[in-house]
Amino acid sequence: MFKFIDVRYKGVLDLPTLYIEKEKITTLVGASGSGKTTILKMLNKMISPTQGRILFNGVDLKEINSVAHRRRVTMLSQSPAMFEGSIRDNLIAGLRFQQREIPSDEVLYQVLEQVKLKKSLESSANTLSGGEKQRLALGRVLILNPDVYLLDEPSSALDDETEEIIIHMVTEHVRRENKTLVMVTHSKAIAEKYSDTIIEISEGRCSSRRCNNERNH
Amino acid sequence: MNEIIDLTVWQVAFAYLFVLIVLALVRIRGIKREKEIVISSVRMTLQLVLTGYILVYIFNNPSPFITGGIILLMEAFAVYTVFKKFKGRLSNPLKKVIAFSMSIGTLSCLLYFLFVVVRISPWYDPQYFVPIAGMLIGNSMTGISLGVKSLLEGMTTQKALVEETLMLGATPQDATRSIINSTFDAAIMPTINSMVGMGIVFLPGMMTGQILSGTSPTTAIAYQIAIMLGILGAVALTVIIMLQLGYRTFFNKEEQLY
Repeated sequence: MFKFIDVRYKGVLDLPTLYIEKEKITTLVGASGSGKTTILKMLNKMISPTQGRILFNGVDLKEINSVAHRRRVTMLSQSPAMFEGSIRDNLIAGLRFQQREIPSDEVLYQVLEQVKLKKSLESSANTLSGGEKQRLALGRVLILNPDVYLLDEPSSALDDETEEIIIHMVTEHVRRENKTLVMVTHSKAIAEKYSDTIIEISEGRCSSRRCNNERNH
Repeated sequence: MNEIIDLTVWQVAFAYLFVLIVLALVRIRGIKREKEIVISSVRMTLQLVLTGYILVYIFNNPSPFITGGIILLMEAFAVYTVFKKFKGRLSNPLKKVIAFSMSIGTLSCLLYFLFVVVRISPWYDPQYFVPIAGMLIGNSMTGISLGVKSLLEGMTTQKALVEETLMLGATPQDATRSIINSTFDAAIMPTINSMVGMGIVFLPGMMTGQILSGTSPTTAIAYQIAIMLGILGAVALTVIIMLQLGYRTFFNKEEQLY
Protein backbone atom coordinates (compact mmCIF):
# COMPACT_ATOMS: atom_id res chain seq x y z
CA MET A 1 0.00 0.00 0.00
CA PHE A 2 2.84 2.36 0.93
CA LYS A 3 6.26 2.05 -0.64
CA PHE A 4 9.21 4.22 0.37
CA ILE A 5 11.88 4.69 -2.28
CA ASP A 6 15.18 6.20 -1.10
CA VAL A 7 13.36 8.40 1.38
CA ARG A 8 15.30 10.84 3.50
CA TYR A 9 13.98 13.44 5.88
CA LYS A 10 16.37 16.15 7.05
CA GLY A 11 18.97 14.37 9.15
CA VAL A 12 16.36 12.23 10.91
CA LEU A 13 15.51 9.43 8.50
CA ASP A 14 17.29 7.45 5.81
CA LEU A 15 15.03 4.74 4.42
CA PRO A 16 16.17 3.17 1.12
CA THR A 17 13.10 0.89 1.13
CA LEU A 18 10.09 0.40 3.35
CA TYR A 19 6.80 -1.36 2.63
CA ILE A 20 3.53 -1.10 4.45
CA GLU A 21 1.06 -3.72 3.42
CA LYS A 22 -2.62 -3.15 2.80
CA GLU A 23 -5.12 -4.51 5.33
CA LYS A 24 -2.34 -5.49 7.70
CA ILE A 25 -1.27 -4.33 11.13
CA THR A 26 2.19 -2.83 11.12
CA THR A 27 3.86 -1.52 14.24
CA LEU A 28 6.82 0.79 14.41
CA VAL A 29 9.09 0.31 17.38
CA GLY A 30 12.31 1.99 18.39
CA ALA A 31 13.88 4.39 20.81
CA SER A 32 12.58 7.93 21.34
CA GLY A 33 13.70 10.27 18.61
CA SER A 34 14.44 7.43 16.19
CA GLY A 35 11.98 8.81 13.61
CA LYS A 36 8.81 6.76 14.17
CA THR A 37 6.46 9.74 14.40
CA THR A 38 8.18 11.28 11.38
CA ILE A 39 7.26 8.20 9.35
CA LEU A 40 3.60 8.42 10.44
CA LYS A 41 3.52 12.12 9.54
CA MET A 42 4.90 11.30 6.11
CA LEU A 43 2.24 8.64 5.58
CA ASN A 44 -0.42 11.20 6.56
CA LYS A 45 1.24 13.84 4.32
CA MET A 46 1.71 16.20 7.25
CA ILE A 47 5.31 16.38 6.06
CA SER A 48 7.01 15.32 2.83
CA PRO A 49 10.38 13.64 2.39
CA THR A 50 13.23 16.01 1.71
CA GLN A 51 14.51 13.39 -0.73
CA GLY A 52 13.02 10.32 -2.40
CA ARG A 53 9.44 9.27 -3.03
CA ILE A 54 6.58 7.59 -1.21
CA LEU A 55 4.08 5.67 -3.31
CA PHE A 56 0.53 5.14 -2.12
CA ASN A 57 -1.17 2.35 -4.09
CA GLY A 58 1.42 2.97 -6.80
CA VAL A 59 0.87 6.74 -6.99
CA ASP A 60 3.46 9.23 -5.77
CA LEU A 61 2.09 10.99 -2.68
CA LYS A 62 3.15 14.30 -4.22
CA GLU A 63 0.48 13.80 -6.89
CA ILE A 64 -2.30 13.23 -4.37
CA ASN A 65 -4.35 16.03 -2.81
CA SER A 66 -3.26 16.26 0.81
CA VAL A 67 -6.67 16.92 2.37
CA ALA A 68 -8.31 14.08 0.41
CA HIS A 69 -5.40 11.80 1.39
CA ARG A 70 -5.70 12.62 5.09
CA ARG A 71 -9.37 11.69 4.95
CA ARG A 72 -8.39 8.21 3.73
CA VAL A 73 -5.25 7.92 5.84
CA THR A 74 -5.99 9.49 9.21
CA MET A 75 -3.51 10.05 11.99
CA LEU A 76 -3.89 10.24 15.75
CA SER A 77 -1.03 12.06 17.44
CA GLN A 78 0.60 10.93 20.66
CA SER A 79 -0.72 13.86 22.73
CA PRO A 80 -3.94 14.74 20.98
CA ALA A 81 -5.22 18.29 21.48
CA MET A 82 -8.83 18.77 22.51
CA PHE A 83 -11.18 21.23 20.87
CA GLU A 84 -13.13 23.70 22.99
CA GLY A 85 -16.51 22.32 23.99
CA SER A 86 -18.10 19.03 24.94
CA ILE A 87 -17.20 15.41 24.40
CA ARG A 88 -19.74 15.40 21.58
CA ASP A 89 -18.03 18.39 19.91
CA ASN A 90 -14.75 16.53 20.03
CA LEU A 91 -16.13 13.22 18.88
CA ILE A 92 -17.74 14.70 15.78
CA ALA A 93 -15.00 17.27 15.03
CA GLY A 94 -13.50 15.23 12.19
CA LEU A 95 -16.91 14.52 10.69
CA ARG A 96 -17.65 18.25 10.70
CA PHE A 97 -14.35 19.10 9.05
CA GLN A 98 -15.06 16.51 6.39
CA GLN A 99 -18.65 17.79 6.04
CA ARG A 100 -20.07 14.35 6.71
CA GLU A 101 -23.36 13.42 8.29
CA ILE A 102 -23.42 13.53 12.10
CA PRO A 103 -24.63 10.18 13.50
CA SER A 104 -27.27 9.79 16.20
CA ASP A 105 -26.44 9.99 19.89
CA GLU A 106 -26.88 6.22 20.08
CA VAL A 107 -24.03 5.72 17.63
CA LEU A 108 -21.90 8.30 19.44
CA TYR A 109 -22.41 6.49 22.74
CA GLN A 110 -21.44 3.23 21.05
CA VAL A 111 -18.15 4.82 20.04
CA LEU A 112 -17.60 6.03 23.61
CA GLU A 113 -18.32 2.50 24.78
CA GLN A 114 -15.78 1.15 22.27
CA VAL A 115 -13.06 3.33 23.75
CA LYS A 116 -14.24 2.57 27.31
CA LEU A 117 -15.28 6.10 28.12
CA LYS A 118 -18.30 6.18 30.39
CA LYS A 119 -19.15 9.87 30.10
CA SER A 120 -22.02 12.02 28.98
CA LEU A 121 -21.72 13.48 25.50
CA GLU A 122 -22.43 16.86 27.02
CA SER A 123 -19.52 16.79 29.52
CA SER A 124 -16.68 19.21 28.93
CA ALA A 125 -13.78 17.59 27.12
CA ASN A 126 -11.21 19.69 28.92
CA THR A 127 -12.04 18.22 32.32
CA LEU A 128 -11.04 14.72 31.18
CA SER A 129 -7.84 13.09 32.42
CA GLY A 130 -4.92 12.48 30.05
CA GLY A 131 -5.93 8.88 29.45
CA GLU A 132 -9.57 9.81 28.87
CA LYS A 133 -8.57 12.49 26.38
CA GLN A 134 -6.45 9.97 24.53
CA ARG A 135 -9.38 7.55 24.32
CA LEU A 136 -11.75 10.29 23.21
CA ALA A 137 -9.27 11.26 20.49
CA LEU A 138 -9.11 7.62 19.42
CA GLY A 139 -12.92 7.58 19.22
CA ARG A 140 -12.73 10.75 17.12
CA VAL A 141 -10.58 8.89 14.61
CA LEU A 142 -12.52 5.60 14.75
CA ILE A 143 -15.80 7.36 13.91
CA LEU A 144 -14.22 8.65 10.68
CA ASN A 145 -13.69 5.05 9.55
CA PRO A 146 -10.71 5.81 7.25
CA ASP A 147 -8.99 3.19 5.08
CA VAL A 148 -5.76 3.55 7.02
CA TYR A 149 -5.31 4.31 10.72
CA LEU A 150 -2.04 5.87 11.78
CA LEU A 151 -1.85 5.73 15.57
CA ASP A 152 1.07 7.30 17.40
CA GLU A 153 1.35 5.56 20.76
CA PRO A 154 -2.42 5.44 21.21
CA SER A 155 -2.10 3.93 24.69
CA SER A 156 0.80 5.91 26.12
CA ALA A 157 -1.39 7.54 28.79
CA LEU A 158 -3.26 4.34 29.72
CA ASP A 159 -2.66 1.81 32.46
CA ASP A 160 -1.63 -1.71 31.37
CA GLU A 161 -5.13 -3.18 31.66
CA THR A 162 -6.86 -0.41 29.70
CA GLU A 163 -4.05 -0.44 27.16
CA GLU A 164 -4.63 -4.12 26.50
CA ILE A 165 -8.40 -3.60 26.14
CA ILE A 166 -8.05 -0.60 23.82
CA ILE A 167 -5.39 -2.12 21.56
CA HIS A 168 -7.37 -5.35 21.36
CA MET A 169 -10.49 -3.40 20.38
CA VAL A 170 -8.65 -1.36 17.72
CA THR A 171 -6.90 -4.32 16.15
CA GLU A 172 -10.13 -6.36 16.12
CA HIS A 173 -11.92 -3.47 14.43
CA VAL A 174 -9.16 -3.11 11.84
CA ARG A 175 -9.20 -6.81 10.97
CA ARG A 176 -13.00 -7.04 10.92
CA GLU A 177 -13.37 -4.01 8.65
CA ASN A 178 -10.39 -4.92 6.41
CA LYS A 179 -8.56 -1.73 7.26
CA THR A 180 -4.87 -0.98 7.48
CA LEU A 181 -3.24 0.02 10.75
CA VAL A 182 0.18 1.52 11.26
CA MET A 183 0.89 2.01 14.93
CA VAL A 184 3.79 3.36 16.90
CA THR A 185 4.17 1.65 20.25
CA HIS A 186 6.66 1.70 23.08
CA SER A 187 5.57 -1.78 24.12
CA LYS A 188 7.37 -4.66 22.43
CA ALA A 189 4.85 -7.03 24.00
CA ILE A 190 1.94 -5.23 22.31
CA ALA A 191 3.84 -5.19 19.03
CA GLU A 192 4.59 -8.94 19.21
CA LYS A 193 1.04 -9.83 20.15
CA TYR A 194 -0.94 -7.83 17.61
CA SER A 195 1.25 -7.04 14.60
CA ASP A 196 1.54 -8.68 11.24
CA THR A 197 4.78 -6.82 10.67
CA ILE A 198 7.09 -5.10 13.11
CA ILE A 199 9.37 -2.39 11.78
CA GLU A 200 12.20 -1.46 14.06
CA ILE A 201 13.55 2.04 13.61
CA SER A 202 16.99 2.74 14.88
CA GLU A 203 18.82 6.02 14.29
CA GLY A 204 16.67 6.79 11.27
CA ARG A 205 17.09 3.39 9.62
CA CYS A 206 14.69 0.46 9.63
CA SER A 207 14.56 -3.29 9.68
CA SER A 208 11.29 -5.18 9.44
CA ARG A 209 10.12 -8.68 10.23
CA ARG A 210 6.90 -10.57 9.86
CA CYS A 211 4.96 -11.93 12.82
CA ASN A 212 2.52 -14.80 13.03
CA ASN A 213 -0.55 -12.87 13.99
CA GLU A 214 -2.23 -12.78 10.57
CA ARG A 215 -5.70 -14.22 10.56
CA ASN A 216 -8.16 -15.22 7.92
CA HIS A 217 -11.54 -13.65 8.19
CA MET B 1 -20.76 81.63 18.38
CA ASN B 2 -17.64 83.17 19.97
CA GLU B 3 -14.70 84.12 17.79
CA ILE B 4 -11.88 81.58 17.52
CA ILE B 5 -9.01 82.21 19.92
CA ASP B 6 -5.81 82.00 17.90
CA LEU B 7 -2.92 80.59 19.94
CA THR B 8 0.27 82.62 19.81
CA VAL B 9 3.71 81.02 20.11
CA TRP B 10 3.90 82.23 23.70
CA GLN B 11 0.57 80.72 24.61
CA VAL B 12 1.69 77.36 23.17
CA ALA B 13 4.93 77.75 25.09
CA PHE B 14 2.92 77.90 28.33
CA ALA B 15 1.65 74.39 27.53
CA TYR B 16 5.23 73.15 27.92
CA LEU B 17 4.77 73.69 31.64
CA PHE B 18 3.09 70.26 31.59
CA VAL B 19 6.36 68.75 30.37
CA LEU B 20 8.31 70.51 33.12
CA ILE B 21 5.85 69.21 35.73
CA VAL B 22 6.14 65.65 34.41
CA LEU B 23 9.96 65.95 34.37
CA ALA B 24 9.94 67.16 37.96
CA LEU B 25 7.63 64.32 39.00
CA VAL B 26 9.68 61.55 37.38
CA ARG B 27 12.89 63.00 38.84
CA ILE B 28 11.40 63.11 42.35
CA ARG B 29 10.11 59.55 41.96
CA GLY B 30 13.47 58.39 40.61
CA ILE B 31 11.96 57.11 37.36
CA LYS B 32 14.66 57.37 34.69
CA ARG B 33 12.52 58.59 31.83
CA GLU B 34 13.56 62.25 31.53
CA LYS B 35 15.40 61.71 28.25
CA GLU B 36 12.44 59.95 26.60
CA ILE B 37 9.99 62.63 27.76
CA VAL B 38 12.16 65.46 26.42
CA ILE B 39 12.91 63.70 23.12
CA SER B 40 9.27 62.78 22.49
CA SER B 41 8.05 66.30 23.30
CA VAL B 42 10.63 67.94 21.04
CA ARG B 43 10.06 65.38 18.30
CA MET B 44 6.29 65.83 18.42
CA THR B 45 6.68 69.60 18.22
CA LEU B 46 9.09 69.52 15.28
CA GLN B 47 7.04 66.93 13.40
CA LEU B 48 3.81 68.88 13.80
CA VAL B 49 5.39 72.24 12.90
CA LEU B 50 6.90 70.68 9.80
CA THR B 51 3.61 68.96 8.92
CA GLY B 52 1.78 72.27 9.42
CA TYR B 53 4.02 74.08 6.92
CA ILE B 54 3.80 71.19 4.45
CA LEU B 55 0.00 71.17 4.73
CA VAL B 56 -0.16 74.94 4.18
CA TYR B 57 1.91 74.53 1.03
CA ILE B 58 -0.15 71.57 -0.19
CA PHE B 59 -3.49 73.28 0.48
CA ASN B 60 -2.31 76.41 -1.33
CA ASN B 61 -0.99 74.44 -4.30
CA PRO B 62 -3.46 71.56 -4.81
CA SER B 63 -2.26 69.00 -7.33
CA PRO B 64 -3.35 65.41 -8.02
CA PHE B 65 0.30 64.35 -8.09
CA ILE B 66 1.09 65.82 -4.69
CA THR B 67 -2.08 64.37 -3.16
CA GLY B 68 -1.35 60.97 -4.71
CA GLY B 69 2.27 61.14 -3.57
CA ILE B 70 1.26 61.89 0.01
CA ILE B 71 -1.20 59.00 0.10
CA LEU B 72 1.50 56.65 -1.23
CA LEU B 73 3.93 57.95 1.36
CA MET B 74 1.40 57.40 4.15
CA GLU B 75 0.70 53.84 2.96
CA ALA B 76 4.40 53.06 2.68
CA PHE B 77 5.11 54.47 6.13
CA ALA B 78 2.22 52.52 7.67
CA VAL B 79 3.38 49.25 6.08
CA TYR B 80 6.98 49.95 7.12
CA THR B 81 5.83 50.62 10.70
CA VAL B 82 4.06 47.25 10.85
CA PHE B 83 7.12 45.46 9.40
CA LYS B 84 9.38 47.19 11.91
CA LYS B 85 7.14 46.25 14.81
CA PHE B 86 7.37 42.54 13.94
CA LYS B 87 10.99 42.59 12.82
CA GLY B 88 12.26 39.09 12.10
CA ARG B 89 8.90 37.43 12.75
CA LEU B 90 7.24 38.00 9.38
CA SER B 91 7.78 35.70 6.42
CA ASN B 92 8.14 37.34 3.00
CA PRO B 93 4.73 36.08 1.82
CA LEU B 94 3.09 37.49 4.98
CA LYS B 95 4.82 40.84 4.39
CA LYS B 96 3.36 40.93 0.88
CA VAL B 97 -0.08 40.12 2.28
CA ILE B 98 0.20 42.94 4.85
CA ALA B 99 1.23 45.48 2.20
CA PHE B 100 -1.53 44.33 -0.16
CA SER B 101 -4.30 44.32 2.46
CA MET B 102 -3.27 47.72 3.85
CA SER B 103 -3.31 49.26 0.39
CA ILE B 104 -6.54 47.70 -0.87
CA GLY B 105 -8.42 47.97 2.45
CA THR B 106 -7.64 51.63 3.08
CA LEU B 107 -7.66 52.94 -0.49
CA SER B 108 -11.04 51.41 -1.37
CA CYS B 109 -12.63 52.86 1.80
CA LEU B 110 -10.88 56.22 1.30
CA LEU B 111 -12.09 56.61 -2.27
CA TYR B 112 -15.64 55.57 -1.35
CA PHE B 113 -15.64 57.99 1.59
CA LEU B 114 -14.37 60.95 -0.42
CA PHE B 115 -16.27 60.41 -3.65
CA VAL B 116 -19.56 58.93 -2.43
CA VAL B 117 -19.99 60.20 1.15
CA VAL B 118 -18.27 63.64 1.19
CA ARG B 119 -18.25 64.19 -2.63
CA ILE B 120 -15.19 66.41 -2.77
CA SER B 121 -14.36 68.70 -5.64
CA PRO B 122 -11.81 68.84 -7.16
CA TRP B 123 -11.39 65.09 -6.74
CA TYR B 124 -7.86 65.46 -5.39
CA ASP B 125 -8.67 68.25 -2.88
CA PRO B 126 -5.85 67.76 -0.32
CA GLN B 127 -7.77 69.52 2.47
CA TYR B 128 -10.04 66.45 2.64
CA PHE B 129 -7.86 63.77 1.09
CA VAL B 130 -4.89 64.09 3.43
CA PRO B 131 -6.51 64.23 6.90
CA ILE B 132 -9.13 61.59 6.12
CA ALA B 133 -6.49 59.30 4.58
CA GLY B 134 -4.44 59.83 7.73
CA MET B 135 -7.26 58.70 9.96
CA LEU B 136 -8.21 55.66 7.85
CA ILE B 137 -4.62 54.54 7.28
CA GLY B 138 -3.57 55.21 10.89
CA ASN B 139 -6.44 53.24 12.38
CA SER B 140 -6.02 50.42 9.87
CA MET B 141 -2.34 50.27 10.73
CA THR B 142 -3.23 49.81 14.41
CA GLY B 143 -5.86 47.22 13.50
CA ILE B 144 -3.55 45.21 11.26
CA SER B 145 -0.78 45.35 13.89
CA LEU B 146 -3.13 43.87 16.48
CA GLY B 147 -4.30 41.33 13.91
CA VAL B 148 -0.79 40.24 12.92
CA LYS B 149 0.22 39.95 16.58
CA SER B 150 -2.79 37.79 17.37
CA LEU B 151 -2.32 35.67 14.22
CA LEU B 152 1.36 35.00 14.96
CA GLU B 153 0.58 34.14 18.58
CA GLY B 154 -2.35 31.92 17.60
CA MET B 155 -0.33 30.02 15.01
CA THR B 156 2.42 29.46 17.58
CA THR B 157 0.44 28.61 20.71
CA GLN B 158 -2.22 26.60 18.89
CA LYS B 159 0.08 24.85 16.44
CA ALA B 160 -0.67 21.43 17.98
CA LEU B 161 -4.41 21.96 17.58
CA VAL B 162 -4.01 23.12 13.98
CA GLU B 163 -1.91 20.01 13.25
CA GLU B 164 -4.46 17.78 14.96
CA THR B 165 -7.21 19.30 12.87
CA LEU B 166 -5.29 18.79 9.63
CA MET B 167 -4.67 15.16 10.57
CA LEU B 168 -8.44 14.71 10.84
CA GLY B 169 -8.81 15.76 7.21
CA ALA B 170 -9.61 19.45 7.67
CA THR B 171 -8.62 22.07 5.14
CA PRO B 172 -6.10 24.71 6.29
CA GLN B 173 -8.99 27.20 6.35
CA ASP B 174 -10.99 25.01 8.74
CA ALA B 175 -7.91 24.26 10.81
CA THR B 176 -7.24 27.96 11.39
CA ARG B 177 -10.84 29.16 11.64
CA SER B 178 -10.87 29.73 15.41
CA ILE B 179 -7.53 31.57 15.26
CA ILE B 180 -8.80 33.75 12.42
CA ASN B 181 -12.02 34.57 14.27
CA SER B 182 -10.26 35.53 17.50
CA THR B 183 -7.69 37.52 15.52
CA PHE B 184 -10.44 39.49 13.84
CA ASP B 185 -11.96 40.20 17.27
CA ALA B 186 -8.63 41.37 18.67
CA ALA B 187 -8.10 43.70 15.72
CA ILE B 188 -11.56 45.22 15.51
CA MET B 189 -12.50 45.49 19.21
CA PRO B 190 -10.58 48.74 19.92
CA THR B 191 -12.48 50.44 17.08
CA ILE B 192 -15.81 49.08 18.34
CA ASN B 193 -15.00 50.11 21.93
CA SER B 194 -14.07 53.62 20.86
CA MET B 195 -17.37 53.88 18.97
CA VAL B 196 -19.29 52.78 22.06
CA GLY B 197 -17.66 55.39 24.31
CA MET B 198 -17.74 58.17 21.77
CA GLY B 199 -19.63 61.31 22.79
CA ILE B 200 -20.12 59.99 26.33
CA VAL B 201 -16.73 58.96 27.66
CA PHE B 202 -14.72 61.24 25.40
CA LEU B 203 -15.01 63.65 22.51
CA PRO B 204 -13.02 62.40 19.56
CA GLY B 205 -9.97 64.35 18.42
CA MET B 206 -11.22 65.26 14.98
CA MET B 207 -14.52 66.57 16.31
CA THR B 208 -12.82 68.51 19.09
CA GLY B 209 -10.43 70.03 16.56
CA GLN B 210 -13.26 71.07 14.27
CA ILE B 211 -15.28 72.60 17.12
CA LEU B 212 -12.24 74.49 18.44
CA SER B 213 -11.58 75.85 14.97
CA GLY B 214 -15.11 77.25 14.75
CA THR B 215 -17.11 74.56 12.97
CA SER B 216 -20.66 74.09 14.25
CA PRO B 217 -20.90 71.07 16.58
CA THR B 218 -23.63 69.52 14.40
CA THR B 219 -21.39 69.64 11.32
CA ALA B 220 -18.48 68.33 13.38
CA ILE B 221 -20.66 65.49 14.66
CA ALA B 222 -21.86 64.60 11.15
CA TYR B 223 -18.24 64.36 10.02
CA GLN B 224 -17.28 62.38 13.10
CA ILE B 225 -20.07 59.85 12.56
CA ALA B 226 -19.12 59.43 8.91
CA ILE B 227 -15.41 59.14 9.64
CA MET B 228 -15.97 56.59 12.43
CA LEU B 229 -17.99 54.44 10.05
CA GLY B 230 -15.25 54.89 7.47
CA ILE B 231 -12.63 53.83 10.03
CA LEU B 232 -14.71 50.79 11.01
CA GLY B 233 -14.98 49.81 7.34
CA ALA B 234 -11.29 50.38 6.60
CA VAL B 235 -10.05 48.50 9.68
CA ALA B 236 -12.43 45.59 9.13
CA LEU B 237 -11.69 45.32 5.42
CA THR B 238 -7.92 45.57 5.91
CA VAL B 239 -7.91 42.93 8.65
CA ILE B 240 -10.25 40.58 6.78
CA ILE B 241 -8.13 40.71 3.61
CA MET B 242 -4.99 40.19 5.70
CA LEU B 243 -6.52 37.17 7.45
CA GLN B 244 -8.04 35.63 4.33
CA LEU B 245 -4.69 35.71 2.57
CA GLY B 246 -2.44 35.64 5.62
CA TYR B 247 -3.37 32.24 7.07
CA ARG B 248 -2.32 30.62 3.78
CA THR B 249 1.23 31.86 4.26
CA PHE B 250 1.64 29.43 7.17
CA PHE B 251 1.03 26.47 4.82
CA ASN B 252 2.87 25.21 1.78
CA LYS B 253 1.24 24.03 -1.46
CA GLU B 254 0.79 20.55 -0.01
CA GLU B 255 -1.37 21.96 2.82
CA GLN B 256 1.42 21.32 5.32
CA LEU B 257 2.41 23.67 8.12
CA TYR B 258 5.79 25.38 7.67
